[in-house]
Amino acid sequence: MSFLLGSGAGFSGDRTDAAIAVVAELARRRQPSALVFETLGERTLAGAHRRLRDDPEGGYEPLIEELLEPVLATCQDNGIAILGNFGAADPASACCRVHTLARRLELGSLVVAEVFGDDVRDRLEMLDLTRWEAESRDLPEAGALVSANVYLGAAPLVEALELGAEVVVAGRVADPALFLAPLIKHFGWSWDDWDLLAAGTMAGHLGECGSQVSGGYFADPGFKDVPDMARLGYPIIEVEADGTLVVTKPPGTGGLVTIETVKEQLLYEVHDPSAYLTPDVVVDLSNVRIEQVAPDRVAVTGIRGKPAPDRLKTTVCHDAGWQGEAEISYAGPNALERARLAADVLRERLSFRAPQDLKARFDIIGHLSVFNDDAGQLTGSGNRDGDYRLRLAVEHPKKRWVERATQELLALYCAGPAGGGGVRRQFQRRLLSSSYLVRREDIVAGARLKSATRGEPA
Amino acid sequence: MSQESNAVMCVAPKRLHDIAHARAGDKGDRLNIALFAYRHDDYERLVSLVTEGKVKAMFAHRGVTRVQRYLMPALGGMNLVLDDVLQGGVNGALNLDGHGKTLSFLLLSMPLDSV
Repeated sequence: MSFLLGSGAGFSGDRTDAAIAVVAELARRRQPSALVFETLGERTLAGAHRRLRDDPEGGYEPLIEELLEPVLATCQDNGIAILGNFGAADPASACCRVHTLARRLELGSLVVAEVFGDDVRDRLEMLDLTRWEAESRDLPEAGALVSANVYLGAAPLVEALELGAEVVVAGRVADPALFLAPLIKHFGWSWDDWDLLAAGTMAGHLGECGSQVSGGYFADPGFKDVPDMARLGYPIIEVEADGTLVVTKPPGTGGLVTIETVKEQLLYEVHDPSAYLTPDVVVDLSNVRIEQVAPDRVAVTGIRGKPAPDRLKTTVCHDAGWQGEAEISYAGPNALERARLAADVLRERLSFRAPQDLKARFDIIGHLSVFNDDAGQLTGSGNRDGDYRLRLAVEHPKKRWVERATQELLALYCAGPAGGGGVRRQFQRRLLSSSYLVRREDIVAGARLKSATRGEPA
Repeated sequence: MSQESNAVMCVAPKRLHDIAHARAGDKGDRLNIALFAYRHDDYERLVSLVTEGKVKAMFAHRGVTRVQRYLMPALGGMNLVLDDVLQGGVNGALNLDGHGKTLSFLLLSMPLDSV
């Protein structure tokens, strides 16, 4: 019988209702299964460390409760283990938060485990560090260091599952390891059976970005159409004991699983396909075959593995000053020329109103922005296809719903059409002013002295 | 919105976008773009058209230092790895799209007659 791996989120900011349909299907099939929330990117982790400095509860995934609440009880009832890197910079506090949620949901006892050891900030100087192959920056000075986290493999996650954890809270682990770990525990795969570890790792790689394998970040109207994108089904990966795997999604959901969706995700963030480095195994995709075995069911075979690398990747974040953004709109006749003039004026103003070492970049969104370089070398070369920016503006008395609405735009990163980028979100309190008319005779006005001796107004 | 983009596609000359699809991903200041022909018959065309040199020229303005191409014939596509094209990477870039996620579509705008 296959083991089922469900994906509940593919990045921090992903749709928080995605796991519901996945868990319903896992529970219905009554097979051994696990649910994974992958919510930690390079930028997310840096942000979590930065927030933790100001807010003791700011070090883990801010949406953790929202992600877990709709599925926690069903997972517990059906023995579906939950694994997530939503612990981010502070897995211990995230565990407390999960317990608080469990108490609120009256779930009785919930076994929660923390994965530790990825945070090496305090020991960085003692570690023998070599540069990652594509790195050109030097290590930051100690004073500027914000975080240093090693990408852990599946071993500590397996350990957590063996302790009986129903929820495993990790920080920096290799994303696919979250999926590989329950497979190792369930099938008893050996730590040097490289082909099996590679298959399990690729099951994880295909599932780790959530809907990106099932119709998210794929649609290109008229070329690659995706049904019902507002209700994308997040992936379920069926894995056999021999490493055979099939990618599918819950029935009745939107999206699609095809050879094309699987291909795009197979090489996502991969460099040399014959040597995809992970902490647990080096994966060789040279002979991979992808086959549509039924509608919304794609089999992936031919995955091979080689011994795990000697060194683990460590991401170091450091302070590097401040960044700011500001935007203004021009529309109607001669709008582009007025926008260009505005940029010229601003550029000149900054030349004498700001220090020489201020780094600035000017984009005219709608004309040319994301394809350009910082120096603006493409400007004037024409951009036939345009450069469009979708803007959402919302208001509501409660901050929660404003956050939710803008987070839905953020979720377009993985669950929206192909090739979207550069999301910015901000929300602030609104101040409203209103004007009214009053009857003159109702207004008492004048001057009044306050007597120092009587202590009473005159 | 989709009506508008369809109108654009009807008048557009033949480009890579007409025969292939792509997805970009980032790690640090390194970008990968996986490119696949829609029809397996177009794979050889892709191989002769999308060379490391052509890709390097297309991304020269972004300061690319190296392009490495990995052919994946069984998948009807290739993986392109571009170094130093993100001008600082996701945590440092001034670009609106610090991940370089939109750059898959810059590649797809390559004209088909540019061999």
